[in-house]
Amino acid sequence: MMNAPAEAGTRALDPAEATSASPPRTFSISLKGVVIGLCVAFTLYIAVIPLGFLLWQSFFTPQTASKAAVFTLENYITAYTSSETARLFWNSVRYAVGVSLFSFVLGTGLAWINERTNTPAKGLFYGLSLIPLVIPSILFTVAWILLGSPKIGILNLALMDAFGLQNAPFDIYSLWGMIWVDGLHYSPMAFLLMTAAFRSMDPSLEESATMSGANVLQVIWHVTLKLAWPAIFATILILFVRAIESFEVPALLGLPVGIQVFTSSIYQAIHRYPSQVGLASSYAVTLLLITSVGIFFISRLSSSGSKYSTMTGKGFRPRQMDLGPWRWVAVAIFFVYFSLIVLLPFLVLLWSSFQKFYSVPSMEALKNLTLDPYRFVFTYPNLMRSVWNSLVLSFGSATLIMLITSVICWIVVKTKLPGRWLLDNLASLPMVFPGLVLGLALMIFYLNVDIGVYGTMWIMFIAYVTRFMPYGLRFNTTSMMQIHKELEESAAMSGASWGTTFYRIILPLLKPGLLAGWIYIMIVSIRELSSSILLYSPGTEVVSIVIWELWENGQYVELSALGVLFIGLLFGLVMLAQYIGKKFGIKEH
Amino acid sequence: MLKIQSLCTEYTNELGQPVKAAQDVTIEVPEGHFFTLLGPSGCGKTTTLRSIAGLERPKSGEISVNGVPVFSAARGVFVPPNQRGFGMVFQSYAIWPHMDVFTNTAFPLQVGKKSYSRAEIDAKVMKVLKAVQLDHLRDREATKLSGGQQQRLALARALVMEPKLLLLDEPLSNLDAKLRELMRFELKRLQRELKITTVYVTHDQSEALALSHQVAVMNQGRIQQIGSPRDIYERPQNQFVADFVGSTNFVEGIVRSREHEDDCYVIETEIGALRSKSVEPVQVGDKVVLSIRPEDVQLSDEQPADVRINAWHAMVDQKVFLGEAMDFRITINKRTLLSRTHPSVRTPIGHPVWAYVNPSKSVAMPAVPA
Repeated sequence: MMNAPAEAGTRALDPAEATSASPPRTFSISLKGVVIGLCVAFTLYIAVIPLGFLLWQSFFTPQTASKAAVFTLENYITAYTSSETARLFWNSVRYAVGVSLFSFVLGTGLAWINERTNTPAKGLFYGLSLIPLVIPSILFTVAWILLGSPKIGILNLALMDAFGLQNAPFDIYSLWGMIWVDGLHYSPMAFLLMTAAFRSMDPSLEESATMSGANVLQVIWHVTLKLAWPAIFATILILFVRAIESFEVPALLGLPVGIQVFTSSIYQAIHRYPSQVGLASSYAVTLLLITSVGIFFISRLSSSGSKYSTMTGKGFRPRQMDLGPWRWVAVAIFFVYFSLIVLLPFLVLLWSSFQKFYSVPSMEALKNLTLDPYRFVFTYPNLMRSVWNSLVLSFGSATLIMLITSVICWIVVKTKLPGRWLLDNLASLPMVFPGLVLGLALMIFYLNVDIGVYGTMWIMFIAYVTRFMPYGLRFNTTSMMQIHKELEESAAMSGASWGTTFYRIILPLLKPGLLAGWIYIMIVSIRELSSSILLYSPGTEVVSIVIWELWENGQYVELSALGVLFIGLLFGLVMLAQYIGKKFGIKEH
Repeated sequence: MLKIQSLCTEYTNELGQPVKAAQDVTIEVPEGHFFTLLGPSGCGKTTTLRSIAGLERPKSGEISVNGVPVFSAARGVFVPPNQRGFGMVFQSYAIWPHMDVFTNTAFPLQVGKKSYSRAEIDAKVMKVLKAVQLDHLRDREATKLSGGQQQRLALARALVMEPKLLLLDEPLSNLDAKLRELMRFELKRLQRELKITTVYVTHDQSEALALSHQVAVMNQGRIQQIGSPRDIYERPQNQFVADFVGSTNFVEGIVRSREHEDDCYVIETEIGALRSKSVEPVQVGDKVVLSIRPEDVQLSDEQPADVRINAWHAMVDQKVFLGEAMDFRITINKRTLLSRTHPSVRTPIGHPVWAYVNPSKSVAMPAVPA
């Protein structure tokens, strides 16, 4: 091996190398250099270009066959001088604040009961809390329309019947209705985030406060809350960003009664004739600003989190409070919550999927049960193709994302390459894109830069990869941090090249995170609607688009049948994820 | 065999500031020798080792093995670590958790430049596993090994490709005390049997003294002294070495005269005149510091034969029973000294005792102006 060290040495030395005294990297034409270069280029392409074009478009008039685009501030003037916009902004903020607070209170309360009390059957509840993840937002919203609409909503009708009311007690088509539905839908996320926060808190910190003479309230105020503050604030911010990005609920519940938020306005601006891309862009830029500020603070919070050494992610066995007989009340609360979030929505879809025309449950309707909607679904010309499209897209994007982000993570976590923080931030940048805004940006870009992508599956593939890349990054970063750098160095000392080390050491050690991330991205990309809705064209529909079309056509029973099957498929995927997680989790520790 | 010339290595810390980890390090290790870099944490010993391995890129200097440079700043040579062919055992052992004992050991043979047949790999792996006494565990999952077994596995993996040079980065520091002592003998036996040139990094002075042919004591990036274990311990060249390697009493003084017949100096100190050796020649009137090891301060209830040479009437201030020895803190002229004696000395606290220091066991070194 010592035959030609001088030669190897000169090859290794290039200007980029000489500037840094970090572990050696052979740059020139090595596999490592090529792979790193490709990943950086890919990230730049995918994260920056759509954003640039979106900004550009918002300052130009629409390009037509007869007229070239010219610079204008018109879009912003239209968008920001009308009193409409003030109302739009006000609605969006009220909606997002409402959703985030509602889901936070709900999720935190449940997390506290589940983590810090002796309520029975907690393990079961934690398992069940993952189920809502499989119900796509559009189906959840439709189900709640069937439950809470003033005309046909089952809950309304049942209450009117029971108490002899003249009017429906609640109207789902209202701001409060929107907050209720979306808040419920995001509460499992709040639950999971706060559960993690409760779990990572060292109980000895609370115990030492107790030993110092503090009572329960003082402990909660001076210690528990103060320590949990970064987690609380970060959770609320995440929920806020999610709520302000959400499209399904505002579109289905808000638009029919004229309650507009940014996302639904963007959608309307595009779907008007002629479509007002510029106006949509200026709305999108505003929305992007709001989410960017949110994401900025979230990342600031999580990076300053290290100051709060309690949030170590290390597992503690927390002290539990004895609720006494109240623990049965807690069980009842779990049950009611589970009914609201899974049982009722799923049952109403199931019921409606066996009807010829949608009707409220009754003895009479029970006689008319039919399999017609399922027959319709299976003979629906677009369905098989859309299922295939969904599977291909989600499989492809999950695979590509996990592989690319594994290299990006390696660069960010393991090397001392200058500018690696920039790469990290670039790859996480798509986090600020609301789905609709990303769809819009890609639409504009590929309409202007015709490389044969627009109107094909590729544009949706690009959208999915862009949108979900930050998830892949997060899954891989967590696993990558756990790989001790000596594991890699010992491979180098054994004579392994970078490629061999990556393939034989890094990837196998990342496997649990890779698999978990892969399945998670499969699930979220199969559910994806808000980007797809601006990018699909005949022949490239995905399942969620078909559901959307059925809703637009008023084919509720057919939609329900498709929804039931869809939920079944996603449920299967989640079970698979659990199984794989268990199987590989144990083997890899 | 291994030759390092004026090596300097820097790295950037989290704040982006350059840290000078190793400065002007010059070492020569002859073929087959066990060479130890000893020093406190942050002294640059690990950085020096990682520079030899190629895991750090030094700023300047030269590293060569058998006359062939693997790094030379002047000639622009840098051989990447995976082409140097050195074996290395890491502090964490870096056993790959997704492989079993056999695959872990076989890895260097599978990925190296030279390709081996299946049978050859099998034979080589089993030979080295036998040498570290892990041959009965060849199919065991790596994560199911005990600490000592993981350590042996790491050693086997480093040895399997018959490296020119074996690099060991605090390999015993993660073991418990009993096992550490056992592995110390084991390591010494293997190294002496295989006659493999070894560079060892540790902060544990007893490990360094027990294992090495030669020890280099490092502090703040610089080598303080290179020598045999006995040299380092008995003739420390400066206060840092004397203090770091073992514990010692420092006594300041001024050189009075030189006694030619036994090559001694008479030094005036706070506890009176003291006869002492010196590492370097000193002049009358020089300020010096004496280092006297606690075990060289002998205590006795009876008056020594010659009271004029290095003997004092002292007072027992405090004592600690350690089992195999007894630690005393004694006062001579208000100055406290530590003494380690045989537990048979049982003078009670507050009682007088005679203290004696053999002139050849006291080492004078130039006082560093503060």
